[in-house]
Amino acid sequence: MRKLASITIFVVILLGLSVGFVLAQSDGTEAPVVREVSDDEVNDVAQELYCPVCENTPLDVCGTQACADWRELIRTKLAQGETAQDVYAYFARQYGDRVLAQPPRQGINLILWLFPIVAVVLGLVFFGRYLQNLRAESAGTAVESGGGTAVPPQPPAPDDYAARIEQELRKK
Amino acid sequence: MIPDIGYIALVLAFGVSIYAAFSAWYGNRSGQIRWVESGRNATVIVLPLVALSAGMLILSILRNDYSVEYVWRVSSRDMPTYLKVTALWGGQAGSLLFWNFLMASFAAMVMARKWRKNLNLMPYVIIVISMTQVFFLGISAFIENPFVRLAMIPLDGNGLNPLLRHPGMIIHPPMLYLGFTGFVIPYAFAMAALISGQLDDRWIRNTRRWTLVAWLFLSLGLILGGRWAYDVLGWGGYWAWDPVENASLMPWLAGTAFLHSVMIQEKRDMFKMWNIFLVVMTYCLVILGTFVVRSGVISSVHSFAQSAIGPFFFAFIVIMFAFSAYWMTKRREALSSKNQLSSFLSREAAFLYNNFIILAILAVVFLFTYYPIFSELVTGEKGFVGAPVYEQALAPLFAALLLLMGVAPLTMWYRTSIQRLQKATVWPALAALVITVALVVLGMRYWAAMLGVWIVTFSLLLTLMEFWKGIHARMKRGEPAWTALANLMARNRRRYGGYWIHLGVLVMAFGIIGTELYQQQTQMHIMSGQSITLGDYEMVFNGARRYAGPDDLMVTEADVDVFLNGRLVATLAPQSELYTRTGQPMTIPDARSTITEDFYVILVNWEPTSANEATFRIYLNPLINWVWAGGLIFVFGTLVASWPDRKQEEVLEARRERVALGVVGD
Amino acid sequence: MSTESIQTGAEQLDIEKPKKSFRLGTILLWVVVAGILALVGWGLVNANKTRPEQGEIAPVFQMEFFNGYEWENLPAASLQDMQGKVVVLNFWASWCVECRVEADLLEQVWRQYQGQDVVMLGIAYADVEPNSIDYLQEFAVTYPNAPDLGTAISSDYEITGVPETFFIGKDGKIAHVQIGPVDQVTLTTMVNRLLAE
Repeated sequence: MRKLASITIFVVILLGLSVGFVLAQSDGTEAPVVREVSDDEVNDVAQELYCPVCENTPLDVCGTQACADWRELIRTKLAQGETAQDVYAYFARQYGDRVLAQPPRQGINLILWLFPIVAVVLGLVFFGRYLQNLRAESAGTAVESGGGTAVPPQPPAPDDYAARIEQELRKK
Repeated sequence: MIPDIGYIALVLAFGVSIYAAFSAWYGNRSGQIRWVESGRNATVIVLPLVALSAGMLILSILRNDYSVEYVWRVSSRDMPTYLKVTALWGGQAGSLLFWNFLMASFAAMVMARKWRKNLNLMPYVIIVISMTQVFFLGISAFIENPFVRLAMIPLDGNGLNPLLRHPGMIIHPPMLYLGFTGFVIPYAFAMAALISGQLDDRWIRNTRRWTLVAWLFLSLGLILGGRWAYDVLGWGGYWAWDPVENASLMPWLAGTAFLHSVMIQEKRDMFKMWNIFLVVMTYCLVILGTFVVRSGVISSVHSFAQSAIGPFFFAFIVIMFAFSAYWMTKRREALSSKNQLSSFLSREAAFLYNNFIILAILAVVFLFTYYPIFSELVTGEKGFVGAPVYEQALAPLFAALLLLMGVAPLTMWYRTSIQRLQKATVWPALAALVITVALVVLGMRYWAAMLGVWIVTFSLLLTLMEFWKGIHARMKRGEPAWTALANLMARNRRRYGGYWIHLGVLVMAFGIIGTELYQQQTQMHIMSGQSITLGDYEMVFNGARRYAGPDDLMVTEADVDVFLNGRLVATLAPQSELYTRTGQPMTIPDARSTITEDFYVILVNWEPTSANEATFRIYLNPLINWVWAGGLIFVFGTLVASWPDRKQEEVLEARRERVALGVVGD
Repeated sequence: MSTESIQTGAEQLDIEKPKKSFRLGTILLWVVVAGILALVGWGLVNANKTRPEQGEIAPVFQMEFFNGYEWENLPAASLQDMQGKVVVLNFWASWCVECRVEADLLEQVWRQYQGQDVVMLGIAYADVEPNSIDYLQEFAVTYPNAPDLGTAISSDYEITGVPETFFIGKDGKIAHVQIGPVDQVTLTTMVNRLLAE
């Protein structure tokens, strides 16, 4: 598919300029234009879409002529009174879910939202139990080593800054 | 003739690598040190051979020898000389050769520097490194051969991909490759320790600085990559969660986890298995990422043209993963150190929390990056994960990591009393709260920004206080502040290097909060003399012109004046470029850059037919320069931490001996 | 260096008592490694998949025709419905230069064979809908044309560019794949041959 994409882009760019005005002419033949749509409105919608032929390029910043045409299509649709959601649905239908920045939250895609939560929660449970064990072992050895209390061995030199630095200075 | 010499040198290097692996294996098996030494010499000789090969390829490019397909592909007559040199890594075949050159350099250096002290490990190190080289040199020599000739000699070449002509892109790949290939050293030593059964921390001692250096280059690669995207790609951002970016982020994350957890082993001789696992994982992620990017398994903006290396590369990965996992399994009992934890509030626990969070981030990035394959396997349709999904999932994890970054340095080995932590954190927490509230009063509204600012400020204050404590103690002894700071850092390079790195990350975090949450943008089609207003800025369009640049470049440049609150602050020249030979457009933004924000202008469209009209897109990126400043601090800190220091080495050596003898050090 | 020291070192290590907690870790390690390798391996195979070749069954797909286009008065159809007929499946796009070369020819041949068991299908690949419709009007195309909804058809046929034309026989098998614009001789010869089968 990659070769296809690059060929596509290449051709699109070559032809781009000549096709551009065809679209401009077609505007009038569509349903009546309800209102003027600013570039910012178009970009707000395009931001949540990815260019269908280039890899991983958001539609609002994609520089190819095809993307410019797609942005014009968004403008036309918004002008005809469609909502951003309508546009997303249209693009997903035309080019597949992969053009959506946020995949639809359904089916297998739910993994994308569940996995981080489940992984962290499960991880925390296991990690917590593991740490508990480590601490229990630590307490165990302290008892074994004859202290009688559950107090673990203390470091010989506490990691205290002032003391450490004093020590260093003395060495000097 | 010249390409032939290059190719012969490449094949020779391949043969010599096979010999190196064999003689090291045989020498070790038969106990004949001569053979091992011969293997070492062979490993060293690979470097001049690969260097000769790479040199011949560069020479072919400089001589415009278009009988070589690679030269034709990445170069053209009119390209400036420096670009002809960097075209070495401008395509798949050349960049693999360059990769080989860097890996051979690391291998030769480690042979020269670490030979005498580690005779027992060296045969295995040679075997592991050489086998890796056999694979990569084999790919270069037989599958992606950069010296392949064309039947008909073209008059001129295609020219370097325009995206790769930016200065940032000239140094970004070498940095990344240095980072990637550098991790072969710790991996080889870790595997050597596993295979030889010499599982004390000698392998760590020998590779600590190599790991830090590889990590430094990887960090530099990531930062430069971001800067390049910001300067050249013209979308107002620096990180897009693209698979190729993730492929270099993931080893970086694993390496970061290792650099932290390794300190537990150094101080307390625990988690040996874990550290080996992290190092092995780091390198496996390097190789896996390289494979995915170069074989076209996952599509990306940056990926190479599809090539035939896929199956061979995959076979290598299977062997490498299985080999690594086998030896880890085999030595698991020997490595089962008596892990103990005296308290949940201790330095060792803090490092474990760090590892937990980083690995969680890694797992999420991994799943999201490979999700397109996964979803296609399950549903038949290629899924896609855009940046917003990454951001939602990772923001809380990064926030937790930043918080830990501030608090963890306060903990002590073994245990830290909660009172002590409370005492040390309460005032910074309140101060950070005051600053956050002040910002809210000034108009900060997003709750995410409030929380983020509080966490980052809090951690920043704690880190600064660590510096202050040290400086203060020294000043009491009569040292002036700057001398105190210099001495402090000179004497505790790793500790204070680490704190500088933390400072860098925290400064970057401010920048990221600013750009992520407060970016403003607008796009408008205007006539010359008209203006666009964004925030407190007003931009007036004066006119545009089109002219021929170097090589096949056609530049369209707009002239705009930027006013801030009515005062002229800058005249900018955003460009849109067209490389006529390939028809590839480029957008070169221009920006008025200050410490608080960038006014970033992109020329979207201008046609000579309607000469006085143009479309502009403007971004207002608050605090973006903090990201770059934080990057500089970060690099500075890594340099401090990795700078060689003989005296400290000896101290550490002595302490390790004490640890080894069962005497617990500080 | 002596090898003995290495070997004794290793032997000593093996004596140490096993630990249970590592067992779970080991299993997990191998499962994760195997899983990643399987996933990436499948990805590699998938990425290297090539277009269905001559003699293979043509992948079945659904299409919803552009406004004003139909097949047997239906606004939507499946390749399955066309079993028993010769199908000429042409991928094109309005931005494609070479497609313009063959556009008139395809329409001409379609009119020539109307009434016989030949279906000509046009699939607009990665195109902007209004542009597609303008293109169809420009060349006065009358044979059924549909957008490549969800980019699904082109990915089943693994096309590497446009135009590409698949000739599908009455048995539903691919008889020929034409990369690039098709010429009159190939087109009529293929259709005649397949009709005769």
